[in-house]
Amino acid sequence: MSTQASRTAARLMISPAVLLLLGWMIIPLGMTLWFSLQRYNLLMPGMESFTGFDNYTYFLTDPAFGAAIFNTLALVLGVLTITTVGGLLLALLLDQPFWGQGVVRVLVIAPFFVMPTVSALVWKNMFMNPVNGVFAHLAKSVGLQPYDFLSQSPLASIVLIVSWQWLPFATLILLTALQSLDSEQLEAAEMDGAGPISRFVHVMLPHLARAITVVVLIQTIFLLSTFAEILVTTNGGPGTASTTLTYLVYIQSLLQYDVGTGAAGGIIAVILANIVAIFLMRMIGKNLEA
Amino acid sequence: MGEIILKGVTKRFGEVEVIPPIDLHINDGEFVVFVGPSGCGKSTLLRLIAGLEDVSGGVVEIDGRNATEAAPAERGLAMVFQSYALYPHMTVKKNIAFPLKMAKLPPEEIEAKVQAAAKVLNLANYLDRRPGQLSGGQRQRVAIGRAIVRNPEAFLFDEPLSNLDAALRVNMRLEISELHQSLKTTMIYVTHDQVEAMTMADKIVVLQAGRIEQVGSPLELYRTPRNRFVAGFIGSPKMNFIEGAEAAKHGAHAIGIRPEHIKVSTSEGAWQGTVGVSEHLGSDTFLHVTTEYGVLNVRAGGEVDLHHGDTVFLSPDMAQLHRFDQQGWALT
Repeated sequence: MSTQASRTAARLMISPAVLLLLGWMIIPLGMTLWFSLQRYNLLMPGMESFTGFDNYTYFLTDPAFGAAIFNTLALVLGVLTITTVGGLLLALLLDQPFWGQGVVRVLVIAPFFVMPTVSALVWKNMFMNPVNGVFAHLAKSVGLQPYDFLSQSPLASIVLIVSWQWLPFATLILLTALQSLDSEQLEAAEMDGAGPISRFVHVMLPHLARAITVVVLIQTIFLLSTFAEILVTTNGGPGTASTTLTYLVYIQSLLQYDVGTGAAGGIIAVILANIVAIFLMRMIGKNLEA
Repeated sequence: MGEIILKGVTKRFGEVEVIPPIDLHINDGEFVVFVGPSGCGKSTLLRLIAGLEDVSGGVVEIDGRNATEAAPAERGLAMVFQSYALYPHMTVKKNIAFPLKMAKLPPEEIEAKVQAAAKVLNLANYLDRRPGQLSGGQRQRVAIGRAIVRNPEAFLFDEPLSNLDAALRVNMRLEISELHQSLKTTMIYVTHDQVEAMTMADKIVVLQAGRIEQVGSPLELYRTPRNRFVAGFIGSPKMNFIEGAEAAKHGAHAIGIRPEHIKVSTSEGAWQGTVGVSEHLGSDTFLHVTTEYGVLNVRAGGEVDLHHGDTVFLSPDMAQLHRFDQQGWALT
């Protein structure tokens, strides 16, 4: 089926789609690069001029930059840890036969269907609110002082909210991987004298390595751009306690109207994301090879 | 020592009784084959002995100890699975070493035992490969290697050859038989292939619908089947059964005659018929002859030159005739 003519035809026919996708990617990236080299403030229209790398200098020396990098990494690592470990445990639990399994599985997946702004609002107003929140009521009912989650430990609270959203994703992927494990392998391990923990470590975990890799890679991509949860709950505060790189770019371009510095921040974020991706692929990418 | 005794062992899945009470005595060092059509409960029975399924009633005794409640690992049995169940992420060496590692043996001892097993099974050159890089026969040998390093009381084989091609199957059959000769350990082997059962077993257990139909040596089952089911299951090609007036002549509800006990002639004989299909194997010729009693399988010599449509006469060897009553039990 793959003659010279058919290959040429195939290339011709997919080229419009490829060109469109390429343009879709190149044009915004090119414009961001261009803006990042311009002095471009929305409060001073018509004053645009070329400034070289000044915008980058401003962004990198911004007092919030260090905190933003730290917060971004803390958010990504925190959520990854909670979701992979929690997802693994939940998947093991849901893999057991029990009454009402089907319903429980749908319920577990449910948080994934709630959009981030809504879930963040629900968490903020109905759970973590120090006056009306469920947690405050629980604390008061046992005579404790209510804890103001979002102002006392804002980053940890956001990690919790985001983890809640991503836990179903990890659970689902790991559960399907777990179900594809040949039961004879587990039985063989049982005959070989492996206890439950040894079976998990020596048979299940290696089988899940690929699925865990997929979960970590996909989540990292999405978690680096976490934004709605921060905007809705803490606005990056108090101070810079929950400002991430994404949020810092938003502050620069849409709160300070400095499009140039914002664009420079965007480029820095792209570079950082690529560095993270390279590290990840180095560390766990070999799991994806068959 | 690997003496295994089942006393009234029963298995129920909910309301369904898959295995009605079974009594069975497996002597130390015996090669026992469970054989029966698919779904007859032979694998379930093996899993009950292994401890991978809980018995619903009865007692499993291994080596004089009551092992009914013992965990699979405590029973001292090793199992070879149909899918081999090798650990795909471990090398051959690690696969074979796994049970020893779980038993927390010192590394030098593990290494020595793995090397010894690899030598016996011709795996020495493959120790650093992964199961995915091995052929079916090699994987089978790794699975056996993982079983023998533990020095088990008995080996359990669950249809181990069904994933291999025909030529390899004959080879592995031989290798397993040789392994049994050299180890002299009890082996329980499950198969649906009566040829495997006949060639390997010291003792065959024929099962149907969870019940034991007959227990005996291969030739015992071949010569004196207890009922029609065993008569039809053991032997290839299958025994011919004739009911009605011809059977009544011999004072039975049905008579059975094996294809190899019918003489073929083109001139004279007891029964007349027409050849439907003739299968020339070189050494033998299998004829499907249409007679007034239905189609009879006949095994003739390799030099017989008969083809579709030829008229032949068949004469059964009366000394080899099997007679069965209304319920299918053999009459003596």
